[in-house]
Amino acid sequence: MPATFETSFAKALLGAEAMLPPGIAAHTGAVPARRFAVYRNNVMASLGAALAQRYPVIERLVGGEFFAAMARQFVMQHPPRSPLLAQYGEEFADFIAAFEPARELPYLADIARLEAARTRAYHAEDATPLGADSFAALDAEALGDIRLQLHPSAAILRSPFPIVTIWAMNSGELELQPIETGQGEDALVVRPHLDVEIRALPPGGAAFLQSLAGGLPLRDAIGAALADHAGFDLTGSLAGLIGSGVVRAILPPAERTS
Amino acid sequence: MPIAAHLPASAGVGFKPEHAAAILAAAQPVGFFEVHAENYMGAGGPPHAQLTALRERYALSVHGVGLSIGSTGPLDRAHLTRLRQLCDRYAPQSFSEHLAWSSHDGVYFNDLLPLPYTGQTLARVAEHVDEVQTALGRQMLLENPSTYLDFAESTIAEVDFLAEISRRTGCGLLLDINNVFVSATNHGTSALDYLDRFPLDRVFEIHLGGHDADTGDAGEPLLIDSHRVAVADEVWALYRQVIARTGALPTLIEWDNDVPDWPTLRAEAVAAQRILSGAACVAA
Repeated sequence: MPATFETSFAKALLGAEAMLPPGIAAHTGAVPARRFAVYRNNVMASLGAALAQRYPVIERLVGGEFFAAMARQFVMQHPPRSPLLAQYGEEFADFIAAFEPARELPYLADIARLEAARTRAYHAEDATPLGADSFAALDAEALGDIRLQLHPSAAILRSPFPIVTIWAMNSGELELQPIETGQGEDALVVRPHLDVEIRALPPGGAAFLQSLAGGLPLRDAIGAALADHAGFDLTGSLAGLIGSGVVRAILPPAERTS
Repeated sequence: MPIAAHLPASAGVGFKPEHAAAILAAAQPVGFFEVHAENYMGAGGPPHAQLTALRERYALSVHGVGLSIGSTGPLDRAHLTRLRQLCDRYAPQSFSEHLAWSSHDGVYFNDLLPLPYTGQTLARVAEHVDEVQTALGRQMLLENPSTYLDFAESTIAEVDFLAEISRRTGCGLLLDINNVFVSATNHGTSALDYLDRFPLDRVFEIHLGGHDADTGDAGEPLLIDSHRVAVADEVWALYRQVIARTGALPTLIEWDNDVPDWPTLRAEAVAAQRILSGAACVAA
């Protein structure tokens, strides 16, 4: 298969140095280095822009110039494998965690995880969350045995850094002010309707939701939450479950197969 | 090959999410909207909510940017399936893609990359267009590209290449007049000659967009198809000449980067509509 023009063209597009593929020409007869650079620049700039669109808080935290340089390195190491750019950059958080020049901002990788979860929630399957009336109708006796199916957009992230506060202050949700970066925060990301909501979970809340997401009955999820943090507030967490729109369905114990 | 109901022969606009509220707040002097297929391939969320609302009110053109029809390798079957699902869901009046490649060996470059025009690439592109039309169960439109360089191995003029693809596959053509102007400038050829030779009877849609000016390796003008400014006067002039020959055709204003406010974009569409309405009056 004579794929030669495409193979060498593709290689030169992502090459670290300005190499030129063979067989390209311009009507002037000059070596078309600037002309080929248009394609190189288009590729790099458009993929950098796709990352900036997915990770706007990272860009704000490190500045446009640093972000562009970091994105360039990332694109060369992890070019997209799909034309669905809304999904591009899943490996960005891990890349940032290992990116030496970003060492001074140890929370950066977790912020990237939060932003990645945010866009996944944005594009997730639509589903109507359960309302309070569905919970009110439950038999109190059987409550411990019920299982909950979480909303398809829901994601839970745990971090040793205050990721929700940092995210909120740099996305216009909260006013910027000095914070203690030593206090960890767990985040719930969910899009019950059209808007993605990001909120900090109370102590034990992440273990509680992760257990429910894993298919454990309510009783075991409460146990896991208390094991994670003795101060777990059951009443507040149940109210949060209902109020945040994170539950899609109540699964009766009989439907459980495993 | 069943031909889907056509786009209205009026001015349309490339839809940008930031305009959704303004567009949906009132009736717009726009005959159709066009969206990039790849932006509506998530499972749910605001993109689908907006496109559903738009589709209830306007004719729709789905414009793919990621199928890589010009590739030497096989088409991405999974992507073709996604396109089929999108077209089934929104029943657009038109589906179009580019004479270009954007993926190679599994890597997606997010740019419309050029290919040499030879007997071999022609056969391959024709196969790909056939495959798309079969998979989607409809006619597609193939768009002429903006290009920045030539290939020494090219043996066929672009306009002949497109005419032959259309003849072999029955696909329609999407004539991007800004691309014609950009490429002619970049290759030191005449846009008028290109348009004289273009098979206008195969054109079902026109694109108009903005470009930026740069310089090439010998200081010669090099235009960049940036879609971030208004349509240039020279492109409007070429457009008037084409419409005078063809009569009214669906005409899209493309403005994808540094997107202006809705009234600015709408004014571009109104300007195109004025030219289309003039042609319709002459024809009547």
